[in-house]
Amino acid sequence: MGTRDCRHICGESSPAIGEAGKTGEWRESFPVIDLKKCVVAKQNKPACFLCWLYCPDAVITKTIPIQIDMEYCKGCGICAQICPAHAITMVHEQGLCLDDMD
Amino acid sequence: MKANAVNLTEKEYLLQGNRTCPGCALSLAYRHILKALEGQVIVTVPPSCLTVLHGMYPITSVTVPCVNTPFASAAASATGLLAGLKALGREGLTVVAVAGDGGTHDIGLQALSAAAERQTDFLYICYDNEGYMNTGNQRSGSTPLGAISGTTPILGKQQIPKDIAAIMEAHGIPYVATANASYPLDLYEKVKKAGAIRGTRFIHVFSPCPPGWSFPFNNTIIIGKLAVETGWVILYEVEDGVFRLTSASESIAKKGDLKPLREYLVEQGRFKSITEQQIEALQRWVNARWKRCLDRADKSPHSVH
Repeated sequence: MGTRDCRHICGESSPAIGEAGKTGEWRESFPVIDLKKCVVAKQNKPACFLCWLYCPDAVITKTIPIQIDMEYCKGCGICAQICPAHAITMVHEQGLCLDDMD
Repeated sequence: MKANAVNLTEKEYLLQGNRTCPGCALSLAYRHILKALEGQVIVTVPPSCLTVLHGMYPITSVTVPCVNTPFASAAASATGLLAGLKALGREGLTVVAVAGDGGTHDIGLQALSAAAERQTDFLYICYDNEGYMNTGNQRSGSTPLGAISGTTPILGKQQIPKDIAAIMEAHGIPYVATANASYPLDLYEKVKKAGAIRGTRFIHVFSPCPPGWSFPFNNTIIIGKLAVETGWVILYEVEDGVFRLTSASESIAKKGDLKPLREYLVEQGRFKSITEQQIEALQRWVNARWKRCLDRADKSPHSVH
Protein backbone atom coordinates (compact mmCIF):
# COMPACT_ATOMS: atom_id res chain seq x y z
CA MET A 1 0.00 0.00 0.00
CA GLY A 2 1.48 3.32 -0.95
CA THR A 3 0.36 6.63 -2.29
CA ARG A 4 3.15 6.82 -4.88
CA ASP A 5 1.44 4.22 -7.08
CA CYS A 6 -2.11 5.43 -6.54
CA ARG A 7 -2.28 6.69 -10.18
CA HIS A 8 -4.26 9.73 -9.13
CA ILE A 9 -2.91 13.18 -9.86
CA CYS A 10 -1.62 14.44 -6.53
CA GLY A 11 0.94 17.01 -5.48
CA GLU A 12 3.46 14.85 -3.69
CA SER A 13 6.99 16.04 -2.91
CA SER A 14 10.05 13.82 -2.55
CA PRO A 15 12.62 14.38 0.19
CA ALA A 16 15.99 15.81 -0.84
CA ILE A 17 18.88 17.69 0.73
CA GLY A 18 19.15 21.33 -0.29
CA GLU A 19 15.48 22.12 -0.85
CA ALA A 20 16.29 25.85 -0.55
CA GLY A 21 19.51 25.56 -2.57
CA LYS A 22 22.99 25.77 -1.11
CA THR A 23 22.05 27.49 2.15
CA GLY A 24 25.76 27.98 2.94
CA GLU A 25 25.56 30.97 0.60
CA TRP A 26 23.39 32.77 3.19
CA ARG A 27 26.28 32.95 5.66
CA GLU A 28 27.81 36.16 6.98
CA SER A 29 30.32 34.29 9.11
CA PHE A 30 31.39 30.68 9.32
CA PRO A 31 32.36 28.43 12.25
CA VAL A 32 35.96 27.28 12.69
CA ILE A 33 36.74 24.45 15.12
CA ASP A 34 39.95 24.42 17.12
CA LEU A 35 40.50 20.67 17.59
CA LYS A 36 43.07 21.33 20.34
CA LYS A 37 40.23 22.69 22.50
CA CYS A 38 37.36 20.41 21.36
CA VAL A 39 36.54 17.85 24.11
CA VAL A 40 35.60 15.12 21.59
CA ALA A 41 38.89 15.43 19.68
CA LYS A 42 40.95 15.69 22.89
CA GLN A 43 39.42 12.60 24.52
CA ASN A 44 39.17 10.77 21.16
CA LYS A 45 35.91 9.11 22.23
CA PRO A 46 32.19 10.00 22.13
CA ALA A 47 31.67 12.90 24.55
CA CYS A 48 30.03 16.33 24.75
CA PHE A 49 28.50 16.64 21.20
CA LEU A 50 26.56 19.72 22.36
CA CYS A 51 27.20 21.48 19.02
CA TRP A 52 25.63 18.51 17.24
CA LEU A 53 22.70 18.51 19.68
CA TYR A 54 21.94 22.22 19.32
CA CYS A 55 22.57 22.71 15.58
CA PRO A 56 19.16 23.70 14.12
CA ASP A 57 20.10 22.56 10.63
CA ALA A 58 21.74 19.22 11.45
CA VAL A 59 24.92 20.18 9.58
CA ILE A 60 27.30 19.05 12.35
CA THR A 61 28.23 15.36 12.38
CA LYS A 62 28.36 13.21 15.49
CA THR A 63 31.80 11.86 14.62
CA ILE A 64 35.36 12.01 16.01
CA PRO A 65 36.42 14.66 15.20
CA ILE A 66 33.19 16.54 14.51
CA GLN A 67 32.73 17.96 11.02
CA ILE A 68 30.59 20.85 9.76
CA ASP A 69 28.94 20.70 6.34
CA MET A 70 29.91 24.13 4.96
CA GLU A 71 27.71 23.68 1.89
CA TYR A 72 24.57 23.97 4.05
CA CYS A 73 25.73 25.66 7.31
CA LYS A 74 23.74 28.93 7.54
CA GLY A 75 26.27 30.45 9.94
CA CYS A 76 23.87 31.17 12.81
CA GLY A 77 26.67 30.77 15.39
CA ILE A 78 24.70 28.73 17.94
CA CYS A 79 27.50 26.12 18.03
CA ALA A 80 30.04 28.81 18.96
CA GLN A 81 27.73 30.11 21.72
CA ILE A 82 26.98 26.67 23.15
CA CYS A 83 30.49 25.12 23.07
CA PRO A 84 31.59 24.72 26.72
CA ALA A 85 35.29 24.58 25.70
CA HIS A 86 35.04 27.66 23.42
CA ALA A 87 36.53 25.53 20.64
CA ILE A 88 34.36 27.09 17.90
CA THR A 89 34.83 30.69 16.73
CA MET A 90 32.81 32.51 14.09
CA VAL A 91 34.99 34.01 11.37
CA HIS A 92 33.56 36.63 9.01
CA GLU A 93 33.26 35.43 5.42
CA GLN A 94 35.79 38.04 4.30
CA GLY A 95 38.34 36.65 6.73
CA LEU A 96 37.90 39.12 9.60
CA CYS A 97 37.38 37.61 13.06
CA LEU A 98 34.22 39.00 14.67
CA ASP A 99 36.08 39.55 17.96
CA ASP A 100 38.57 41.79 16.14
CA MET A 101 35.81 44.01 14.78
CA ASP A 102 34.59 45.17 18.20
CA MET B 1 17.84 5.42 30.08
CA LYS B 2 17.83 9.20 30.22
CA ALA B 3 18.61 10.85 26.90
CA ASN B 4 21.84 12.82 26.59
CA ALA B 5 23.86 14.28 23.75
CA VAL B 6 26.09 11.20 23.57
CA ASN B 7 23.44 8.46 23.52
CA LEU B 8 20.86 10.26 21.35
CA THR B 9 20.29 8.68 17.93
CA GLU B 10 22.33 10.01 15.00
CA LYS B 11 19.50 9.36 12.55
CA GLU B 12 18.15 12.63 11.13
CA TYR B 13 14.66 13.01 9.67
CA LEU B 14 15.16 16.71 8.91
CA LEU B 15 17.43 17.33 5.92
CA GLN B 16 20.07 20.01 5.48
CA GLY B 17 19.51 23.00 3.23
CA ASN B 18 15.94 23.76 4.29
CA ARG B 19 14.20 27.13 4.18
CA THR B 20 14.25 28.13 7.88
CA CYS B 21 16.09 31.28 8.96
CA PRO B 22 19.55 30.86 10.52
CA GLY B 23 19.24 30.07 14.24
CA CYS B 24 15.60 28.91 13.96
CA ALA B 25 14.38 27.29 17.17
CA LEU B 26 11.52 25.57 15.34
CA SER B 27 14.02 23.75 13.12
CA LEU B 28 15.91 22.61 16.23
CA ALA B 29 12.74 21.54 18.04
CA TYR B 30 11.30 19.74 15.00
CA ARG B 31 14.59 17.85 14.54
CA HIS B 32 14.30 16.42 18.05
CA ILE B 33 10.55 15.83 17.83
CA LEU B 34 11.06 13.58 14.79
CA LYS B 35 14.02 11.85 16.49
CA ALA B 36 11.89 11.12 19.56
CA LEU B 37 9.13 9.57 17.45
CA GLU B 38 11.72 7.64 15.38
CA GLY B 39 10.14 8.85 12.15
CA GLN B 40 7.11 6.57 12.61
CA VAL B 41 4.69 9.45 12.12
CA ILE B 42 2.28 11.14 9.78
CA VAL B 43 2.56 14.88 10.28
CA THR B 44 -0.25 17.28 9.53
CA VAL B 45 0.65 20.96 9.30
CA PRO B 46 -1.50 24.07 8.84
CA PRO B 47 0.10 27.15 7.24
CA SER B 48 3.01 28.15 9.46
CA CYS B 49 6.79 28.45 9.43
CA LEU B 50 6.79 24.66 9.41
CA THR B 51 5.14 24.67 5.98
CA VAL B 52 8.04 26.86 4.85
CA LEU B 53 10.49 24.37 6.38
CA HIS B 54 8.77 21.47 4.60
CA GLY B 55 9.54 23.19 1.33
CA MET B 56 8.05 23.80 -2.09
CA TYR B 57 6.77 21.18 -4.51
CA PRO B 58 8.36 18.91 -5.79
CA ILE B 59 11.02 18.80 -3.06
CA THR B 60 10.62 18.51 0.70
CA SER B 61 13.16 18.77 3.54
CA VAL B 62 11.70 16.03 5.73
CA THR B 63 11.77 12.28 5.29
CA VAL B 64 8.43 11.63 7.00
CA PRO B 65 4.97 11.74 5.38
CA CYS B 66 3.33 15.11 5.80
CA VAL B 67 -0.02 16.62 4.89
CA ASN B 68 -0.47 20.36 4.40
CA THR B 69 -3.93 21.41 5.54
CA PRO B 70 -5.95 24.64 5.69
CA PHE B 71 -5.28 26.91 8.65
CA ALA B 72 -8.18 26.03 10.91
CA SER B 73 -8.05 22.29 10.46
CA ALA B 74 -4.83 20.73 11.82
CA ALA B 75 -6.67 18.74 14.50
CA ALA B 76 -9.60 17.94 12.19
CA SER B 77 -7.27 16.56 9.52
CA ALA B 78 -5.49 14.49 12.19
CA THR B 79 -8.88 12.95 13.03
CA GLY B 80 -9.35 12.12 9.34
CA LEU B 81 -5.86 10.63 9.03
CA LEU B 82 -6.58 8.40 12.03
CA ALA B 83 -9.84 7.22 10.45
CA GLY B 84 -7.92 6.48 7.23
CA LEU B 85 -5.23 4.50 9.05
CA LYS B 86 -7.92 2.53 10.87
CA ALA B 87 -9.73 1.76 7.60
CA LEU B 88 -6.50 0.55 6.00
CA GLY B 89 -5.56 -1.46 9.08
CA ARG B 90 -2.22 0.32 9.46
CA GLU B 91 -0.68 0.22 12.93
CA GLY B 92 2.42 1.58 14.62
CA LEU B 93 2.13 5.11 13.21
CA THR B 94 1.56 8.18 15.37
CA VAL B 95 -0.50 10.99 13.89
CA VAL B 96 1.11 14.29 14.88
CA ALA B 97 -0.33 17.72 14.25
CA VAL B 98 2.36 20.40 14.44
CA ALA B 99 1.08 23.96 14.33
CA GLY B 100 2.33 27.40 15.22
CA ASP B 101 0.78 29.62 17.84
CA GLY B 102 -1.49 31.22 15.22
CA GLY B 103 -2.76 27.80 14.17
CA THR B 104 -3.29 26.81 17.81
CA HIS B 105 -4.13 29.81 20.02
CA ASP B 106 -6.24 31.61 17.42
CA ILE B 107 -7.34 29.97 14.18
CA GLY B 108 -7.06 26.27 15.01
CA LEU B 109 -8.42 26.38 18.57
CA GLN B 110 -11.96 25.27 17.73
CA ALA B 111 -10.82 22.16 15.81
CA LEU B 112 -8.25 21.33 18.50
CA SER B 113 -10.79 21.70 21.31
CA ALA B 114 -13.27 19.50 19.43
CA ALA B 115 -10.65 16.81 18.72
CA ALA B 116 -9.62 16.78 22.40
CA GLU B 117 -13.26 16.50 23.43
CA ARG B 118 -13.69 13.51 21.06
CA GLN B 119 -10.61 11.95 22.73
CA THR B 120 -8.96 11.59 19.32
CA ASP B 121 -5.82 9.47 19.59
CA PHE B 122 -3.22 11.95 18.34
CA LEU B 123 -0.34 14.13 19.46
CA TYR B 124 -0.72 17.88 18.99
CA ILE B 125 2.45 19.96 19.18
CA CYS B 126 2.20 23.73 19.23
CA TYR B 127 5.49 25.50 18.59
CA ASP B 128 5.08 28.97 19.97
CA ASN B 129 7.09 31.79 18.38
CA GLU B 130 4.59 34.34 19.71
CA GLY B 131 3.34 35.75 16.42
CA TYR B 132 2.51 35.06 12.77
CA MET B 133 6.16 35.03 11.85
CA ASN B 134 6.27 33.88 8.22
CA THR B 135 3.59 36.32 7.03
CA GLY B 136 5.10 39.48 8.53
CA ASN B 137 5.18 39.17 12.31
CA GLN B 138 1.53 40.02 13.01
CA ARG B 139 0.33 39.77 16.61
CA SER B 140 -1.27 36.51 17.76
CA GLY B 141 -3.06 35.34 20.88
CA SER B 142 0.34 34.36 22.22
CA THR B 143 2.21 37.65 21.65
CA PRO B 144 3.24 39.14 25.02
CA LEU B 145 2.06 42.47 26.41
CA GLY B 146 4.28 45.33 25.21
CA ALA B 147 5.79 43.49 22.23
CA ILE B 148 6.13 45.29 18.90
CA SER B 149 4.60 43.29 16.04
CA GLY B 150 3.49 43.86 12.44
CA THR B 151 0.01 44.90 13.59
CA THR B 152 1.07 46.67 16.81
CA PRO B 153 4.01 48.61 15.37
CA ILE B 154 4.29 51.59 17.71
CA LEU B 155 2.89 50.96 21.19
CA GLY B 156 3.23 47.19 21.23
CA LYS B 157 0.50 44.72 22.12
CA GLN B 158 -1.81 45.83 24.93
CA GLN B 159 -3.03 42.43 26.16
CA ILE B 160 -1.44 39.53 28.02
CA PRO B 161 -1.09 36.21 26.13
CA LYS B 162 -3.30 33.13 26.48
CA ASP B 163 -2.10 30.21 28.60
CA ILE B 164 -2.79 27.52 25.98
CA ALA B 165 -1.40 24.63 28.06
CA ALA B 166 -3.89 25.46 30.84
CA ILE B 167 -6.72 25.65 28.28
CA MET B 168 -5.80 22.20 26.95
CA GLU B 169 -5.39 20.80 30.46
CA ALA B 170 -8.96 21.87 31.20
CA HIS B 171 -10.09 19.39 28.50
CA GLY B 172 -9.01 16.58 30.84
CA ILE B 173 -6.69 14.96 28.29
CA PRO B 174 -4.15 12.33 29.46
CA TYR B 175 -0.96 14.28 28.76
CA VAL B 176 -0.16 18.00 28.65
CA ALA B 177 3.40 19.32 28.74
CA THR B 178 5.34 22.49 28.08
CA ALA B 179 8.80 22.35 26.53
CA ASN B 180 11.42 24.68 25.14
CA ALA B 181 13.65 24.33 22.08
CA SER B 182 16.59 25.48 24.22
CA TYR B 183 16.21 22.33 26.32
CA PRO B 184 16.17 19.73 23.51
CA LEU B 185 16.71 16.73 25.80
CA ASP B 186 13.73 17.67 27.98
CA LEU B 187 11.69 18.14 24.78
CA TYR B 188 12.89 14.77 23.46
CA GLU B 189 11.88 12.94 26.67
CA LYS B 190 8.43 14.57 26.69
CA VAL B 191 7.70 13.78 23.03
CA LYS B 192 8.91 10.20 23.54
CA LYS B 193 6.65 9.81 26.57
CA ALA B 194 3.69 11.40 24.77
CA GLY B 195 4.26 9.12 21.76
CA ALA B 196 3.63 6.05 23.93
CA ILE B 197 0.39 7.35 25.51
CA ARG B 198 -3.03 6.80 23.89
CA GLY B 199 -5.58 9.59 23.64
CA THR B 200 -5.17 13.30 22.91
CA ARG B 201 -1.77 14.57 23.96
CA PHE B 202 -0.66 18.21 23.84
CA ILE B 203 2.83 19.68 24.01
CA HIS B 204 3.46 23.42 23.98
CA VAL B 205 6.99 24.14 22.69
CA PHE B 206 8.47 27.59 23.27
CA SER B 207 10.40 28.53 20.15
CA PRO B 208 12.40 31.82 20.05
CA CYS B 209 12.41 33.59 16.66
CA PRO B 210 15.53 35.71 15.93
CA PRO B 211 14.14 37.93 13.11
CA GLY B 212 10.65 38.29 14.62
CA TRP B 213 11.85 39.13 18.14
CA SER B 214 14.84 41.18 16.96
CA PHE B 215 17.80 39.45 18.55
CA PRO B 216 21.01 38.07 16.96
CA PHE B 217 20.77 34.60 15.35
CA ASN B 218 23.35 33.07 17.70
CA ASN B 219 21.35 34.05 20.84
CA THR B 220 18.43 31.66 20.21
CA ILE B 221 19.49 29.21 22.91
CA ILE B 222 20.38 31.95 25.41
CA ILE B 223 17.00 33.69 24.97
CA GLY B 224 15.19 30.36 25.41
CA LYS B 225 17.14 29.60 28.58
CA LEU B 226 16.54 33.13 29.94
CA ALA B 227 12.81 32.63 29.38
CA VAL B 228 12.88 29.62 31.72
CA GLU B 229 15.25 31.24 34.24
CA THR B 230 12.96 34.27 34.55
CA GLY B 231 9.78 32.19 34.76
CA TRP B 232 8.32 33.43 31.45
CA VAL B 233 8.25 29.77 30.42
CA ILE B 234 7.67 27.09 33.05
CA LEU B 235 8.70 23.56 32.07
CA TYR B 236 6.19 21.04 33.40
CA GLU B 237 4.12 18.04 32.48
CA VAL B 238 0.68 16.92 33.60
CA GLU B 239 0.26 13.19 33.23
CA ASP B 240 -3.22 11.89 34.11
CA GLY B 241 -3.80 14.98 36.22
CA VAL B 242 -0.50 14.67 38.15
CA PHE B 243 1.56 17.84 37.87
CA ARG B 244 5.37 17.75 37.82
CA LEU B 245 7.97 20.46 37.18
CA THR B 246 10.79 19.22 34.94
CA SER B 247 14.33 20.07 33.91
CA ALA B 248 15.49 23.63 34.65
CA SER B 249 12.16 24.72 36.18
CA GLU B 250 12.45 21.91 38.74
CA SER B 251 15.93 23.03 39.80
CA ILE B 252 14.87 26.70 39.91
CA ALA B 253 12.00 25.68 42.21
CA LYS B 254 14.44 23.81 44.46
CA LYS B 255 16.92 26.68 44.63
CA GLY B 256 14.27 29.44 44.59
CA ASP B 257 16.40 31.65 42.32
CA LEU B 258 13.97 33.03 39.76
CA LYS B 259 15.57 35.93 37.87
CA PRO B 260 13.66 39.21 37.31
CA LEU B 261 11.73 39.21 34.02
CA ARG B 262 13.48 42.41 32.92
CA GLU B 263 16.64 40.40 32.12
CA TYR B 264 14.69 38.46 29.49
CA LEU B 265 12.90 41.50 28.03
CA VAL B 266 15.96 43.74 27.51
CA GLU B 267 17.63 41.16 25.26
CA GLN B 268 14.93 41.53 22.59
CA GLY B 269 14.29 44.41 20.18
CA ARG B 270 10.54 43.76 20.13
CA PHE B 271 10.28 45.12 23.71
CA LYS B 272 12.03 48.41 22.89
CA SER B 273 8.94 50.53 23.57
CA ILE B 274 7.67 48.64 26.63
CA THR B 275 6.72 50.89 29.56
CA GLU B 276 7.60 50.41 33.23
CA GLN B 277 3.92 49.75 34.02
CA GLN B 278 3.82 47.03 31.37
CA ILE B 279 6.98 45.40 32.76
CA GLU B 280 5.41 45.43 36.22
CA ALA B 281 2.18 43.95 34.86
CA LEU B 282 4.10 41.18 33.09
CA GLN B 283 6.16 40.49 36.23
CA ARG B 284 2.95 40.20 38.29
CA TRP B 285 1.53 37.80 35.67
CA VAL B 286 4.71 35.68 35.76
CA ASN B 287 4.83 35.70 39.60
CA ALA B 288 1.20 34.58 39.91
CA ARG B 289 1.69 31.74 37.41
CA TRP B 290 4.97 30.64 39.04
CA LYS B 291 3.32 30.60 42.48
CA ARG B 292 0.41 28.52 41.10
CA CYS B 293 2.90 26.02 39.65
CA LEU B 294 4.91 25.83 42.89
CA ASP B 295 1.72 25.19 44.89
CA ARG B 296 0.71 22.43 42.49
CA ALA B 297 4.20 20.88 42.54
CA ASP B 298 4.11 20.88 46.36
CA LYS B 299 0.83 19.00 46.41
CA SER B 300 1.86 16.43 43.78
CA PRO B 301 3.26 12.98 44.69
CA HIS B 302 6.53 13.93 42.93
CA SER B 303 7.01 16.89 45.32
CA VAL B 304 10.34 18.66 44.83
CA HIS B 305 10.77 19.51 48.53
